[in-house]
Amino acid sequence: MRLTLHVWRQASAQANGAFVRYEANDISEHMSFLEMLDVVNEELTARGEPPIAFDHDCREGICGACGMMINGVAHGPSRGTATCQLHMRLFKDGDEIWIEPWRATAFPVVKDLVVNRSALDRIIAAGGYVDVHTGGTPDGNAIPVPKESADLAMDAAACIGCGACVAACPNGSASLFTAAKISHLGLLPQGQAERYRRALGMVAQMDLEHFGGCTLFGECQAACPKEISIDFIARMHRDYLRASLTAG
Amino acid sequence: MTIELKSRVPDGPIQGKWERHQFEMKLVNPANKRRYTVIVVGTGLAGGAAAATLSELGYNVKAFCFQDSPRRAHSIAAQGGINAAKNYKNDGDSVWRLFYDTVKGGDFRAREANVYRLAQVSVNIIDQCVAQGVPFAREYGGLLDNRSFGGAQVSRTFYARGQTGQQLLLGCYQALEKEIARGGVTMYPRTEMLDLIVVDGRARGIVTRDMVTGKIEAHLADAVILGTGGYGNVFYLSTNAKGSNATAIWRAHKRGAVFANPCFTQIHPTCIPVAGDYQSKLTLMSESLRNDGRVWVPKRAGDTRLPNDIPEADRDYYLERKYPSFGNLSPRDIASRAAKEVCDEGRGVGPGGRGVYLDFRDSIKRLGRARIEERYGNLFEMYERITDEDPYQVPMRIYPAVHYTMGGLWVDYNLMSTIPGLHVIGEANFSDHGANRLGASALMQGLADGYFVVPLTIGDYLANAKLAPVADDHPEVRGTLEAVRARTGKLLGIGGKRSTQSFHRELGRIMWEYCGMARTADGLRTALQEIPALREEFWRNLYVPGTGEELNQSLEHAGRVADFMELAELMCLDALKREESCGGHFRVEHQTPDGEALRHDERFSYVAGWEWAGEGQAPVLHKEPLSFENVALSQRSYK
Repeated sequence: MRLTLHVWRQASAQANGAFVRYEANDISEHMSFLEMLDVVNEELTARGEPPIAFDHDCREGICGACGMMINGVAHGPSRGTATCQLHMRLFKDGDEIWIEPWRATAFPVVKDLVVNRSALDRIIAAGGYVDVHTGGTPDGNAIPVPKESADLAMDAAACIGCGACVAACPNGSASLFTAAKISHLGLLPQGQAERYRRALGMVAQMDLEHFGGCTLFGECQAACPKEISIDFIARMHRDYLRASLTAG
Repeated sequence: MTIELKSRVPDGPIQGKWERHQFEMKLVNPANKRRYTVIVVGTGLAGGAAAATLSELGYNVKAFCFQDSPRRAHSIAAQGGINAAKNYKNDGDSVWRLFYDTVKGGDFRAREANVYRLAQVSVNIIDQCVAQGVPFAREYGGLLDNRSFGGAQVSRTFYARGQTGQQLLLGCYQALEKEIARGGVTMYPRTEMLDLIVVDGRARGIVTRDMVTGKIEAHLADAVILGTGGYGNVFYLSTNAKGSNATAIWRAHKRGAVFANPCFTQIHPTCIPVAGDYQSKLTLMSESLRNDGRVWVPKRAGDTRLPNDIPEADRDYYLERKYPSFGNLSPRDIASRAAKEVCDEGRGVGPGGRGVYLDFRDSIKRLGRARIEERYGNLFEMYERITDEDPYQVPMRIYPAVHYTMGGLWVDYNLMSTIPGLHVIGEANFSDHGANRLGASALMQGLADGYFVVPLTIGDYLANAKLAPVADDHPEVRGTLEAVRARTGKLLGIGGKRSTQSFHRELGRIMWEYCGMARTADGLRTALQEIPALREEFWRNLYVPGTGEELNQSLEHAGRVADFMELAELMCLDALKREESCGGHFRVEHQTPDGEALRHDERFSYVAGWEWAGEGQAPVLHKEPLSFENVALSQRSYK
């Protein structure tokens, strides 16, 4: 099939960006979206033009490196799918596709479709862990964990940290990302000791990083490639509220 | 300098070696630890665990990764699980059995003492991960669940749905972020190691390139740890992440680190088959699927009926037929070769005839769709997304693909390479898997090395080494910086016509053809002519767009492919030299009458350690003899 692409090109964080139009010919419906961009990049390279920069690594939907706005939708039209797992069979011959980087104050553009998501790492550093050191831990079966809790914790822990939730949110909020980690650890006995301190620390960091607040649009849940539920945001609010009332 | 591969394995019975060694190693007292700086390159399970643990112990750690966040290292893509000798299932497992299975699974080409230690610490890993909040699968009573994996007759694999690697890595990444917040670790994401700084024969730092600004700089330290993963991407198409590369270990090799068993690569039997020329990578379907899926092809060549129309009598469940006691859970090398064999006979399925069925019909009938969905739901979804076929309705089509490299930098019992101060952990070293790795053992080794081995052995190194400070303008530092700048400039300045991508694809084709699942002396000799010719063209006709002072993904790729071009040649040389078949290394000339791998222990029971002898010089082979005192050498049988 033949496609017309409008791709956001921006040489660096400081430069101004703009959409540039490209024709993509000979695209097979079996290609992934990133393989389609590979083909375009090979053609650009052959013409001596700079290829389009985009983050990607595992191409199996698990590392969370890739992500772009495709026709205004984070990760494109397929639900529960990261960009690398999006296949061209969802598009048809003659389609025009608009491709942009994640748009959020907290995610400055590095180049073209590449953004800086290090704010998410700093949210984890603000308490998204269980503070145990290596060694001296009790036997893995010492504390039984009800299967229901373990399964729900796993639903939250499935987050790949891609940032689609932030990009999809009209407020640029990182609430789903933060809530997923607070819930994952808060649902397990191992995470109880620091449960409230964690909620306070991570939410405070989220604000410091200039993410917006959550007003329950629900766009994050729709965009999430792992289909993480906004129910976890309610859990985060509950832990945060309780922590705020009892702190000090 | 003559190199001697001293394994430094402690004396005494194998059960007590590690404990005794821990006592005999020198310690660095807590107050002195903060005076030492340790560089850790790579933040996967091995590197991330080492960086976090060393920081907890009190060392200053500088950690580097090429991804935008340490959480994205390729360990994250591991699906099936992690082995540990917990014997929670009461099915006869033990440290000894895990040790035995791993030595046998590796076809007797691993160092016994290292494998035994791995089996010992496997139990600590599970405890550690549970304490970190890793949401392992549980039974209804709240205890940890296990599944079976290839090459074992016990259930010792712990898992978190089909995302075990992700959950273990997030546990490790969170521990790392905790230490970053505390100030013990300085993290350098989007930073690529391009060379090793060696001063007075010891590893004292690295040269890196900031992938956003292009700045090339030196980082100095008292010791360097590489946890930079494997080199499967030398084949272009593999299950590795696109960014996975051999540059760190290859540059260290060229600075004096011996490279061990480079030809030992693992071809994983269950991957989604290649669909077209544009294909950028291959996707693994976890080995755990073989717990409930049955592998088959039509009995008759050229049978074009749809799979569900082929009656039972016309199906060949060839793994169950050939290996009745392990069946569909035969080890990876054996299952891969068997798939190739039936496809070579013309019985392969799907486009191009390079595929076999992995069928869940019987387990869905036996267990119900819900159970199968709970166990493998995400894998089935991934399969459907890629192939547009529903594996609940029609069998999956799978074919072997390059997945893991058992070879790597040679290390001693302390995980130190032949360059003092340079330690190598995880897939980047050669140490534990011999000629074939068993499923769910890579995660185990990465975390064993990172959490429990290298943090201790590095203390012994630092306590014994008398290290003088290295000045920023030391001639070795300046020289290494200059070498990296010159090479980067050279790649950008060739001004040819061919893209890096096209060179990489061609290299991959040569390697898959001649150094893949079946190797012959003639084929390897052909590869040894084609690779240098391709490399010559690379340095003459490469085109890299852009400059070195910006984010330039083409430049990054070009540097990695340049190193693969050299490593590929060493792999073929090693494969040619090893005139036997063992594990993943199958030399067609050396097989039993029924087509199994035929080892020649009297001639090849050694680790092949290759020393870089300089540009254009033939590498020098050093041998570390292997002795098997605890597991009797035998022809591997899974029948």
